[in-house]
Amino acid sequence: MNQFYTPTDHFSLLPALLLALFGCAILMLDFFVLPHPRQKRWLIFFALLGEFFAGLALYRQYRFLEDQSIPALRAFSDGLIIDGFSIFFNAIFVAAAVLVAIISYRYLEVEGEHHGEFYGLILLAQCGMYFLASGTELVTIFIGIELMAVTFYILVGFLRSDRRSNEAAMKYLLLGAFSSGFLAYGFSLLYAITGSTRLPKIAAELAQRPATDPLLLLAIVTTLVGLLFKVGAAPFHMWAPDAYEGAPTPVTAYLSVASKAASVAVLVRLFLGTLAPHRINWEPMLAVAVVLSLTIGNFSALSQTNLKRLLAFSSISHAGYILLGLIAGNRTGLTGICIYLFVYTFMNTGAFLVLISLRQKGMTGDDIDDLNGLIHRSPGHALLMALFLLSLGGIPPTAGFIAKYYIFLSLVETGHYALAITAALFVAVSIYYYFRIVRAMFLNEAGQLLPALPGWGARVGFAVTALATLAIGLYPEPIIRFAGTSLLR
Amino acid sequence: MPPIPLPTAVPLTYYLILSAILFALGVAGFLFRKSLITVFMSIELMLNAVNLTFVTFSYQHKQVDGHLFTFFVMVVAAAEAAVGLAIILTVFKNRGTLAVDEIDSLKL
Repeated sequence: MNQFYTPTDHFSLLPALLLALFGCAILMLDFFVLPHPRQKRWLIFFALLGEFFAGLALYRQYRFLEDQSIPALRAFSDGLIIDGFSIFFNAIFVAAAVLVAIISYRYLEVEGEHHGEFYGLILLAQCGMYFLASGTELVTIFIGIELMAVTFYILVGFLRSDRRSNEAAMKYLLLGAFSSGFLAYGFSLLYAITGSTRLPKIAAELAQRPATDPLLLLAIVTTLVGLLFKVGAAPFHMWAPDAYEGAPTPVTAYLSVASKAASVAVLVRLFLGTLAPHRINWEPMLAVAVVLSLTIGNFSALSQTNLKRLLAFSSISHAGYILLGLIAGNRTGLTGICIYLFVYTFMNTGAFLVLISLRQKGMTGDDIDDLNGLIHRSPGHALLMALFLLSLGGIPPTAGFIAKYYIFLSLVETGHYALAITAALFVAVSIYYYFRIVRAMFLNEAGQLLPALPGWGARVGFAVTALATLAIGLYPEPIIRFAGTSLLR
Repeated sequence: MPPIPLPTAVPLTYYLILSAILFALGVAGFLFRKSLITVFMSIELMLNAVNLTFVTFSYQHKQVDGHLFTFFVMVVAAAEAAVGLAIILTVFKNRGTLAVDEIDSLKL
């Protein structure tokens, strides 16, 4: 019981250990062994090797749970849990990190800011996400969220000489640290009420508490505020458009998919697991946040001219859809959240990848006007972008439809008709601004710009994201089954 | 004149109220101050309010868990300060100002 570091502990920590090890090793290698700019390509190889080993360790965890047919493996005396849920989310993080690593290579070359620590930081951020998906202890979760956030502050400001990148990093830093303060205060109150930092024990204590306890209410409010900030849901979304616009585009992609998924994992674990008995307290607050996210996200996206900013507002509205699954809170809702985040990883990264391929020296390629007549310049890119936008809008036969379908199904099953209708109306709004981009690409006159230059990273990235977006839309059974194994308990 | 009897312990509520006040001051400072450095210090104040709550209840529950959390919060605050000051420094180098309202090239 009180053994310090058991083989089970090691087994459940291994992916995070590998990520941290490779992440730090890349920082060291970049500095001491491979300082020459032409040697940077070895670092991306090294990062992918780290991802491979981390993925292997995750796969072994998955096989272990299957072979022993146990629902969960607990380690570090309830500090970490390995279950289908954590493995599913970690699979998302691995996919996102690999995609971001391979699409960053050419982007950083073009920007003239190619430093090896970029790949190291991607791995370290993923290490933090690992603890968010599998941590069941407040300290672990807090450290995980901070490890992720602090690395993202650096990544967002990675283009040191770019004023917009600096500014984005500063705004993200201030609001991120502010929200961490709220989260920590919420955790301290949870500890105050229950006298434990371990979620199972907290859940047992909270179940006996009256729902009207003011201290508990304050704890729920502050924790929820902290986490909604991290998810990027309104009314705590102010950082998202600025951070997304100013950050290097691969980082924007990583921030919008992986960081969001990790924060949703914590929300699900805390609110559907530990705080489930007090649903009556948090459900109305979450419903308000969802409606605000849908409204602000969709209506603000209508008037944007910068594509990265438009996608930032669209990601706020996607956060709203994902949180709807949390409000429904049943099996279908949870499956919906998992599928949504999985699908979102590919379709959103794909959309940002198109922007990355358009980026060339001396021109940014992130205005809607830059896409004018893209179908004549690089038809492949235009068609791929259209596919990703259709999927983001939730139109069949793309993967985005399956994701939205499950979310709406769960709402109808639990009788949240008003929310379901509101959300469905906002899908119509979102299709308008996604089609504005499609119209610019297909109908507008071509501009002066050069065709996109795909590198090998972009080719692989496009192949993976487009295939996933189409394949999940046409044949969703495997992913539904995989998401089904990930349900809590 | 007999000595005034001192209370044996400060009641728990006092600590809670003090930490809530500290936290609120931190939030207010974050929202209303103009200088980047002051805004950043307000966040540290919020984290210290958290630490106070943890230590108080750690003492009350007779456990070390809360004390442990305090150390982690301190580490996190230090890491955030290290990265944060580096970012603030870059912003200052590129713009020559630390006033929050003047850093606005990304439209709101």
